[in-house]
Amino acid sequence: MTDGRFGAFGGRYVPEALIPALEQLDEARSKAMLDPGFLGELDRLHRTYTGRPSIVTEVPRFAEHCGGARVVLKREDLNHTGSHKINNVLAQALLTQRMGKSRVIAETGAGQHGVATATAAALLGLDCRVYMGRVDTERQALNVARMRMLGAEVVPVSTGSATLKDAINEALRDWVTNVGTTHYLLGTVTGPHPFPEMVRDFHRIIGVEARGQILDLAGRLPDAVIACVGGGSNAMGIFHRFIDDEGVRLVGVEAGGEGIASGRHAARFASSSPGVLHGTFSYLMQDDDGQTIESHSISAGLDYPSVGPEHSYLRDSGRAEYRYATDEQAMRAFELLCRTEGIIPAIESAHALAGAMEVGSELGPESLLLVNLSGRGDKDVHTAARWFGLLDDAAADGGGDA
Amino acid sequence: MTQTVGAEAVIARCRAENRAALVAYLPVGFPDLKTSVRAMEILVEAGADIIEVGVPYSDPLMDGPVIQRAVALALERGSRVADVFTATEAVRAAGAPPLVMLYWNLVLRAGVDRFADRLVASGGGGLITPDLIPDEAAEWIAASDRTGLDRVFLVAPSSTTERLQRVTRACRGFVYAASTMGVTGARSSVGSAARDLVERTRAVTDLPVCVGLGVSTGEQAAEVGSFADGVIVGSALVAALTDREPEEGLAALRTLTEELAQGVRTGR
Ligand SMILES: Cc1ncc(COP(=O)(O)O)c(C=O)c1O
Repeated sequence: MTDGRFGAFGGRYVPEALIPALEQLDEARSKAMLDPGFLGELDRLHRTYTGRPSIVTEVPRFAEHCGGARVVLKREDLNHTGSHKINNVLAQALLTQRMGKSRVIAETGAGQHGVATATAAALLGLDCRVYMGRVDTERQALNVARMRMLGAEVVPVSTGSATLKDAINEALRDWVTNVGTTHYLLGTVTGPHPFPEMVRDFHRIIGVEARGQILDLAGRLPDAVIACVGGGSNAMGIFHRFIDDEGVRLVGVEAGGEGIASGRHAARFASSSPGVLHGTFSYLMQDDDGQTIESHSISAGLDYPSVGPEHSYLRDSGRAEYRYATDEQAMRAFELLCRTEGIIPAIESAHALAGAMEVGSELGPESLLLVNLSGRGDKDVHTAARWFGLLDDAAADGGGDA
Repeated sequence: MTQTVGAEAVIARCRAENRAALVAYLPVGFPDLKTSVRAMEILVEAGADIIEVGVPYSDPLMDGPVIQRAVALALERGSRVADVFTATEAVRAAGAPPLVMLYWNLVLRAGVDRFADRLVASGGGGLITPDLIPDEAAEWIAASDRTGLDRVFLVAPSSTTERLQRVTRACRGFVYAASTMGVTGARSSVGSAARDLVERTRAVTDLPVCVGLGVSTGEQAAEVGSFADGVIVGSALVAALTDREPEEGLAALRTLTEELAQGVRTGR
């Protein structure tokens, strides 16, 4: 067994051709994490480019719908490019330069990771190509335009379910062909070792900041830390600093889609068993033969049939708990946050808010919840407007976000 | 179970004839189960020495467009993993060792030991595993040692000497050398990377080294056969069956396989 296991999960299930690149990456990131030059440059970018530290916001009017619990949001939505994704992207883009590579490729679902990657590529002068499922290019058309504006090439992927999983297949095919010049800037805590560990480490700053901020604000640790889980990067980022705080519940919220019974969802932990996809061994939606089952969610960023291996480990070891929010529940939480607090969340993040509404009701008014607001909802305005019937007919038919 | 001839013995026999072996790939279930099995028999009749029996998978990330399309169609038409055993039986009966090429999750899901036992019972010779490296293969190495199945891992132009040693030590049957960095699919030239990789691989192992990725014509088969122990052809054979009526496809397949078989016989 290779390094990079979280209990039984993780590993490196990839073509031999990629092994040298993974070893090079592992070595580069291990060195970088001890190198004051790298850490200093990353810190400078966090402060002067991304806008870190991101603030926390207490949301009392929203909290009235959470059983009266105190609710504090970690505002990753305020980062440059609009989500947590930029944390990982800037770090990997710096690593790309250190490895002497000139081109980055990325997959994207919601488009947030693609936008962040296109942004970092523009900033550091790297060539950039982003693979995106055709279905996602349609439901997140605004982000496609943003990436192109930033100088990236966006390649729609029509194979398979034409969503995130297929975009990753295509990115891996590109990588194996061009690995000499190209870094695969993977956007979440999945894939072969060292990606799950590395991407987590690059997002760990979310929890490090938030832990200090909530201690300052409330004088104590939260009862629960809640985050949505697609691949699982924003959740690992906010969870990790709290893992040793035994009294703090870690709650991941998956996409329940149209409900578990419908089969149209992405609630891996509610329905599936472990298997290999995209280089890692983790919980996976698969049929009896081991073929991947297509996931479904109103949220492109959570629409993925597998999940980062460290989440599988945290789940089976009992340290973290996972629940799901359906499209309905997420959109109700989305609307509530808009109306009560004047914050339009990403639909992904709205799943975490829906989770907070449940957890708050369970824990009651004395409880303190920290929720990772992983992104802002600009990219989702069209989807939400259609969901709530806010557009006149002509605009609703037009398609594409704007 | 009848006495089965393994891939290494077949390659040794080819070597005695001073030629490379022709290793031919087709996926089960494309364009349908019956035609795919018949197609594999035709490969043997037309001069292929070893058959690589592919199993359709939902996420074939080592495959280019030709094979992607074929396996997607097979899955759409209801192809199941267990169909592979129908194919291995037929190939064995036709007189060639069938090696099964598949993505690892399909084996994991079936259970490694169970899959190995069924493979042995249906005349299968072993597995080629494009997304499994020896480092992750402890369970499969144990199961193949127990059953005597061949296990073919891949090496690539990017492989360091250390990796070549590690991978070839774990192989049995032959070593699969990927001729270029990339996915399956025909290429206009196979390139010098293949020759270089075969040399570097031979320096660390006595096992036969077969070259795959990109070979599509008799001429290329002759060229690769001049320096490799085996020539692996996939996408070109799949393309022969693509967008044609079954009978027409099978005829085209036979013609191409004969050309490739001729190629490996004229290379040296
Ligand atoms: C705002 C936002 N939150 C969450 C996610 C889900 O990813 P992860 O689970 O890796 O945080 C995405 C993915 O695109 C996203 O854009």
